[in-house]
Amino acid sequence: MTLPFILFFVLALTAIGGALLLILAREPIHSALSLILVMMSLAGLYLMLGAEFVAAVQIIVYAGAIMVLFVFVIMLLNAGVEERTEYSKIAKYVGIPLGLLLLLDLAHGMAHSLMGRAPANGAGSANVMVSTRDLSLQLFQKYLFPFEATSILILIAILGALVLAKRDE
Amino acid sequence: MEFVTQHAVLVVSLVKIVILLFLTLTTLAYLTWFERKVVAHIQSRWGPYYVGAHGLLQPLADGLKFLFKEDVTPPGADKFLYIFAPFLALSLALTTIALIPFGPATITILGQPTQLIVADVNIGLMFVFAITSIGVYGVALAGWSSNSKYPLLGGLRSSAQMISYEVALTLSVVGVVLLAGTLNFNEMVSDQVGYYRYFPFIPRWHLFPQIIGFLCYFTSAIAETNRVPFDLPEAETELVAGFHTEYSSFKFAMFFMAEYANMLTVSFLATILFLGGWLSPFPESWTFLQYLPAVVLLGLGVYLAYDAVMGATGIGRIQLIVITCGALVLGVLCLLPAVIPIIQGPFWFLLKVGGLLFFYVWTRGTLPRFRYDQLMSLGWKLLLPVSLANLVGTALWIIFPLFVKHG
Amino acid sequence: MSVVPVSYYLVLSAILFGLGVVAFVFKRNIITILMAIELMLNAVNLAFVAFARAWAQLDGLVFVFFVIVVAAAEAAVGLAIVIRIYQNRQTLNIERVNLLKF
Repeated sequence: MTLPFILFFVLALTAIGGALLLILAREPIHSALSLILVMMSLAGLYLMLGAEFVAAVQIIVYAGAIMVLFVFVIMLLNAGVEERTEYSKIAKYVGIPLGLLLLLDLAHGMAHSLMGRAPANGAGSANVMVSTRDLSLQLFQKYLFPFEATSILILIAILGALVLAKRDE
Repeated sequence: MEFVTQHAVLVVSLVKIVILLFLTLTTLAYLTWFERKVVAHIQSRWGPYYVGAHGLLQPLADGLKFLFKEDVTPPGADKFLYIFAPFLALSLALTTIALIPFGPATITILGQPTQLIVADVNIGLMFVFAITSIGVYGVALAGWSSNSKYPLLGGLRSSAQMISYEVALTLSVVGVVLLAGTLNFNEMVSDQVGYYRYFPFIPRWHLFPQIIGFLCYFTSAIAETNRVPFDLPEAETELVAGFHTEYSSFKFAMFFMAEYANMLTVSFLATILFLGGWLSPFPESWTFLQYLPAVVLLGLGVYLAYDAVMGATGIGRIQLIVITCGALVLGVLCLLPAVIPIIQGPFWFLLKVGGLLFFYVWTRGTLPRFRYDQLMSLGWKLLLPVSLANLVGTALWIIFPLFVKHG
Repeated sequence: MSVVPVSYYLVLSAILFGLGVVAFVFKRNIITILMAIELMLNAVNLAFVAFARAWAQLDGLVFVFFVIVVAAAEAAVGLAIVIRIYQNRQTLNIERVNLLKF
């Protein structure tokens, strides 16, 4: 076990533990916090993969903005303990096996794909960080049109949220 | 010993972290003293006076008081989150300081040459923003977990305020990033070396081309740290004490320290981004200025010695004599040829940071509190558009420069 | 120094995605269901970054940004809908918001 492996397993177990907590927690705010835990450990994994800018953006946007919004809404609605209703039997008897099947299939497929055998360092050496300059060149040259399109998407989302959340006069 | 030589980088980092943590916590304690003293003098009072000479032992007394107070947990509180929130707030506030460079010099710890920075990250600015953006949770969770309506309202208010102003804060800094062309703090400071070609007495700090950005930054920084005039989350006339109403004892002290640590971080950041970091405002040819740190410390020592002899009595006098000796020894140390190049950077850096902190306290002593809707409209309708316009202006300036950049 | 193979990251991504699906199906609180969607998007992001690393191409990282933007938009609109539902029906339980259910 070398240091990268230990780091990977610590982060990976934290992420999986957080995801399990998300499912098991009964208070929505605990679910939100465990999801933040997942996001933080994923940011750590991005750092290990050399994508430091993405790691920072992951924390700033996901943990620092989107999840704050979730926590804010939970606080605003004062959402208490989740009700356990047994309305949907289908979810229980079909959902669990199908979910597990999907999980296994995905894990199997990804582990055994041709790609999966390549080491994580690919072409570069072990500790090369992707430079922000290269990333932004890619974003603003090759993907300029999708980038501009997302800005329109965001605008529409803002308007939609505004219209939906506005009280009736 | 073998472990030390094998993991030298790790050990040196640990040593630096311990030193920095000690210095930061002491500074935080004395920041409260500084603030109380300055506000008191603004309001024609004396401020802390009884505990030690000039009230210098007041932080210690406060700390002891916090430790011995009863630690109350309200019934129905979410136990885990209630304890977790102050820890989160304080640890995140302290983490950012690890990313701050204090000077250009290279020092040697345990035979390892190392910089005056704990973690020199390629995209330091992004990481500082990442860590501060999570700081909202400390406040929000404290408000939620107290199971009480004033903290909940306070927590809601402050999380809304902090998200709103974070946008303006980030955008106001992008202009500087464009000018410097980097997100690394060290490179950002070295981008500000030198003087303007047409105004050879003005240093090339980003403050001057980015004056609008600086004003936006500092306004939103005050709001982001929940300080007067934007301290709505803890407006005592409306909300008792906001999100930390239910907190007592050391948990309250942790929120208190987190607030001051955030002030410190924000001032560090402002100094690096806009005020040239550790650079001296005077030309390098003025070599006599390298004795300035020593002169300041020795002057302080002489003043305190005078005060100890003429003013103070009893324990205060002993205390003043001790501090005098400390200041004099440090002052003499700063005269050593080996220390002079190391001390220059931190001296100017901390001087600028001190100025900004004074400004912080000054606004607190001067301005009344905003109303909540005024606060929100200021953030969204004034600071955000202005910092966006500043950003567009800076981008245009870089594409079509009227002056040649390098003089 | 040895390096963690990409397949490890991909397996982790698959596990997280699966857990996201499980959470999506099982949770009864609308807000938590939205969080499950975020979890799945995060798992996909991890796969994107891992592939970007393996092929030494930046396109994967750029796609992560787009995914994050879509996630932000989705969260904003989704939470606005949640607030609306709460105003109209005083519940966050998805089982009680069943007028369209067959």
